[in-house]
Amino acid sequence: MLRTLLLTLSVVAIAHAELCKPDAQNAFKVRISIKTALGDNAYAWDANEEYLFKAMVAFAMRRYSSKSTTQISNVLLCNVTDRVSFWFVVTDSSKNVTTVPGSEVEAAIRMNRNRINNAFLLSDKTLQFLKITSTLSPPVEPSTPVWLIVFGVVLCLILAGIVFLIVSGIQKHKKKNKESTERENLEEKVEVTLENGIPCEALDLKAGRVNGVFAADDERFTSL
Amino acid sequence: LSATPETPKEDGRPKWDNKFQYILSCIGFAVGLGNVWRFPYLCQIHGGGAFLIPYFIALLFEGIPLLHLELALGQCLRKGSIGAWNAISPYLGGVGVGSWMVSVLVSLYYNTVLTWVMWYFINSFQEPLPWSACPLNENRTGFNEECYESTAVNYFWYRKTLNITPDIAESGTFQWWLILCLAACWAIVYLCTIRGIETTGKAIYVTAIFPYLVLTIFLIQGLTLPGATEGLIYLFTPDLNTLKNPRVWLDAATQIFFSLSLAFGGLIAFASYNPTKNDCEKDAVTVAIVNSLTSLYASIPVFSVLGFKATTAYWDCLDRNIINIINEFDLPEESIMRQNYTSWISFLNSSYPEKIAGLKLKSCNLQEFLDQSVSGTGLAFIIFTQAIILMPGSQAWAILFFIMLFSLGLSSMFGNIEGVFTPLLELQIIPKSAPKELLSGIICLISFLIALCFTLGSGSYWIDIFDRYAASVPLLVIAFFEVIGVVYIYKIKRFSEDVEWMTGRKLNLFWQITWRFISPLLLLIVFTAFVTLQMQKPPSYTAWNPKYEGFPMKEEKVYPPWVQAICVLLAALPCVCVPLVALFHLVKQKRRSKDTSFGPPEVFSCQGINS
Repeated sequence: MLRTLLLTLSVVAIAHAELCKPDAQNAFKVRISIKTALGDNAYAWDANEEYLFKAMVAFAMRRYSSKSTTQISNVLLCNVTDRVSFWFVVTDSSKNVTTVPGSEVEAAIRMNRNRINNAFLLSDKTLQFLKITSTLSPPVEPSTPVWLIVFGVVLCLILAGIVFLIVSGIQKHKKKNKESTERENLEEKVEVTLENGIPCEALDLKAGRVNGVFAADDERFTSL
Repeated sequence: LSATPETPKEDGRPKWDNKFQYILSCIGFAVGLGNVWRFPYLCQIHGGGAFLIPYFIALLFEGIPLLHLELALGQCLRKGSIGAWNAISPYLGGVGVGSWMVSVLVSLYYNTVLTWVMWYFINSFQEPLPWSACPLNENRTGFNEECYESTAVNYFWYRKTLNITPDIAESGTFQWWLILCLAACWAIVYLCTIRGIETTGKAIYVTAIFPYLVLTIFLIQGLTLPGATEGLIYLFTPDLNTLKNPRVWLDAATQIFFSLSLAFGGLIAFASYNPTKNDCEKDAVTVAIVNSLTSLYASIPVFSVLGFKATTAYWDCLDRNIINIINEFDLPEESIMRQNYTSWISFLNSSYPEKIAGLKLKSCNLQEFLDQSVSGTGLAFIIFTQAIILMPGSQAWAILFFIMLFSLGLSSMFGNIEGVFTPLLELQIIPKSAPKELLSGIICLISFLIALCFTLGSGSYWIDIFDRYAASVPLLVIAFFEVIGVVYIYKIKRFSEDVEWMTGRKLNLFWQITWRFISPLLLLIVFTAFVTLQMQKPPSYTAWNPKYEGFPMKEEKVYPPWVQAICVLLAALPCVCVPLVALFHLVKQKRRSKDTSFGPPEVFSCQGINS
């Protein structure tokens, strides 16, 4: 009884070793950089974390293929280094000692990448599946580009300034024109009433002005 | 609508509100983008602190004398460039016309540089900054190829801003976003110069002082960045051997000349609004020294930031190598740090040389990163923007930086526009009853329409041409004729009497010597050296061509013949005005002397105005 148990265990172990080794078929290398991602809050990578990883991969396979046959024991990890990096394969429990095709695993991981990352508090860069490229998220773009809004604000301010200056210039000009015409009218009125320093009202305009220098008594007409 | 001041002078000429406005306007005109992005570069490539020696010698014997000459001229004659030179002698009227033309050409392209600054400014309000990451390609599997091969900042500058064509002959299309920014920039210029110095005098308080504030902030911030000290040591370490190279002296002379914005006619225009009894000698020395000190002051934050950028690039290089090694050898994280990198590398190289060779590690050298020096638009829009992304709070730094560049350029634009505006106002192009606002509006509108050419795909190549040919050789020629004209045609004796009358003290011997001999000689030497250097190789430019094999290096191309003809035209047109106008007057004089006998032309003198 014990012997059969030992035998089956060793067969399984050998089978596992054959299925999961570096560069094996349908195997993926994972590289984790915990210290880079979390700094002082970094946790140590131990067997419990490996268990969680197997659980996440099994979860991803279940979600992808919608059949609940993948077990945690189907995910095999090997060659764990200090880096931390390791290889993993997903075995197919229905067929004997074979691995799930790499394309399926890849698609499953890609579909649930976000969930897997979050379980470990890591990101696409710090939890790397070396052969699986991640779809890059597009940058967030607002409906109206921000620069257009800022430009609108700037332009409105400038135009307001120009209009203000032009209007104030027109007003100043009108005021000055009014002042200068008033001044001119004032001067004209003064001019009208003065002639040679003598107010016209004082002059007798009917008869004309007789210049005393030339009108010397009777010599108005030249003598014959 | 022309606002003649409430207290009119004898000739009804507008005047500055106070002396400080005038000095600030001159300083603002002199201090421009070149102080930030050309001087530090020259300092760096010409032996750091050693460059200051030829720079200050050029300042003393070329910069200050020519500046004093222009300010004294404008103050004495109280006219813009064209009127002033016509007054000195009708044969010299061409000097004024030439400097007016240069002011026009420079105004056109200078405002387009400000357009780029404005574009970056309005894009700085985004989080994250648009030049920090590459956009994705169509099927979202990777980044845009052009961006990926160069860098995100390069892509944003060459593709998203300029949308540059690979060749100057290909004009490309109008970039509508640049047209919008160009319209905004010309609107700002119109707003500030709408009534001449009345409005620029108010605006200059902001545009001239604000850059100093921002430079101080950047100075404090820059000095706290890691790697700043490396940058500063690199900048200022003097290498006296470079002084043996005549190129260094030439660069110092040209830098001082163009930095002080001489021969544009703008300084003459500014000085013409002064009262005649004003100490122009002190003003000239003040403006020149402030300009040079600003250049020095600006180079400190620039080089702190460049040192920071080089250090970050060096650390990135190291980190990339470290990651590669750790991944290859499956070593635990943080086993190799930057400090023990060299010891690890030597250890691994001795034990596993093939593996290390297979990794193809890049050799990281801090000096190499510091050596990547750029000047001009590359410094501001590529290098600096990249450094800003690395700083915490990048939006604020970007906004501050681009507002500073905009103010620096705007205050220089005021001088350029004044150099165009004042002579036109005096020539009475528009009837006297028409408002000043109309003339400035017409100038801005026409300039905007012409400057639309620079918003084409090939626009930045054309701006380089304008910068290299229209704003270099003609200025040297005009300045030379200015000095010769004042000293030998107006006669130095008369001029020194005028200056003595204005400043109230006798003209120093220093000015006599420099005006008579040293400055004209220096200008002649600089002009010949400059032209010889340009002639040595066929004029070429570097083009951004994504299809080039050496991409992302720029492709070196030669200008096609029709472009070379335009270059020659740009350089020759202002210069040719000088003899043309002299010839025109000679012919007119001959014809006039045949008909009637006129007396000798009026002897003009500063004191004649007020006596």
